[in-house]
Amino acid sequence: MRDLFLAVLLRDLKLASRRRIDSLLPVVFFIVALSLFPLGVGPEPQMLRDIAPGIVWVCALLASMLSVGSLFAGDLADGSLEQLLLAPQPAIAVAAAKSAAHWLLTGLPLIVATPLVGLLFGMSGPALLALVAGLLLGTPILSLLGALGAALTLGLRSGGMLLILIVLPLTMPALIFGAGAVGNIEAGLDAGGHFSLLGALLLATALGAPPATAAALRISTE
Amino acid sequence: MNSPSLRLFTFAAPSRFYRLAGWMVPWFWAATLVLSVAGLYIGFFVAPTDATQGDAYRIIFIHVPAAWMSMLLYLVMAFWAGIGWAFNARLASMVARAIAPTGAMFTFLALWTGAIWGKPTWGAWWVWDARLTSELILLFLYLGYIALVNAIDDVRRADQAGALLALVGSINVPIIYFSVKWWNTLHQGATISMTAAPKMATTMLTAMLLMTFAFWAYAFAVVFTRTRAIVVEREAHADWVTELTRGKMHP
Repeated sequence: MRDLFLAVLLRDLKLASRRRIDSLLPVVFFIVALSLFPLGVGPEPQMLRDIAPGIVWVCALLASMLSVGSLFAGDLADGSLEQLLLAPQPAIAVAAAKSAAHWLLTGLPLIVATPLVGLLFGMSGPALLALVAGLLLGTPILSLLGALGAALTLGLRSGGMLLILIVLPLTMPALIFGAGAVGNIEAGLDAGGHFSLLGALLLATALGAPPATAAALRISTE
Repeated sequence: MNSPSLRLFTFAAPSRFYRLAGWMVPWFWAATLVLSVAGLYIGFFVAPTDATQGDAYRIIFIHVPAAWMSMLLYLVMAFWAGIGWAFNARLASMVARAIAPTGAMFTFLALWTGAIWGKPTWGAWWVWDARLTSELILLFLYLGYIALVNAIDDVRRADQAGALLALVGSINVPIIYFSVKWWNTLHQGATISMTAAPKMATTMLTAMLLMTFAFWAYAFAVVFTRTRAIVVEREAHADWVTELTRGKMHP
């Protein structure tokens, strides 16, 4: 099972390394979308500082959801997905490897870009640290749930929008606690509770989402 | 139908369910009518005027039963969708799909009446209260389910994918509710508390229960009607449906 996990993960990373521009698109989208907010709400520094954690989270959510739609599409088109599901190892390994690959290719670059964005919005050091820590715990949840949505909407006409509609309500707890932690730090309060809850959500999602994704893949490729 | 084996699954056969539901639907409509007329009469004319909220509170007799139904129907929908998926029971999947629009309608009704109620009492159509927000997310979950099952042309895949989504959603409903609750209390401190409701007069409770039963009867009537339509649509190739339609065409 671990062999299959590593094989799929490394294969996805290798595929992404051959299409560098494609794999940079989510993080570019993230930065471009974030830089629209000061233009929309005005350059007032205090307000930008206040809304920064929330909009960073929302843009990270959207960047994840927009990029996760193509997670299984290539494998479905060339038939390799069916072969992977025919393998004797459980399909959960495929689902988990795909989610992990998505996080490494999308979640991690977003987190790396976040300090830069934080400076654009004039966030303080501790708040920025809390934001990055929250994203470290929260973006894997987005990749895991996004993979479930991608598996459910595999090959459908309106797949992209549909995926966003069905996954976004499920990701709201992560958004609440991730952005809430930064709010607490900025208000001078303890954010330990938020991080604990975010960690609990991550554990629950990591245990529950891959089996569900595997089941969804079987349903969608039957 | 005279066979002695009237068992648990007798009415899981779409043809038998079709006849039974067709016989029951008018009774459910009658119950809806009687119960809602009685409930609305007691609610609007018999129940006393509230000391603090005046007559504006009377929308509670629609609002609260609608909110109850919206949550209950999501669980019922997830339950039947799960049964349909696990046991490959066609009728259960059809019932699940028939419940979704009614559930979404009750969720919308609860939100809408809540807004109408909120304007005179809180001075705002909408506040980001925990209950309102989680009810809104429940509406999104219903819409996601409806959109997913309608986007998939293959009936079997649509039923199974919808079941998976409904089950995942029903696990998430409590998580969403509590996270929104904590978010709200952490963010805004104490806003208007709806949990500390004053003790209700018996007439108010009677009216509310009558309206709840009226909504139950309505839900049964509409869901059964819709299920009958889905049954005929999906079983169009079956002999009994052909006979049914031929009978209609040549009376």
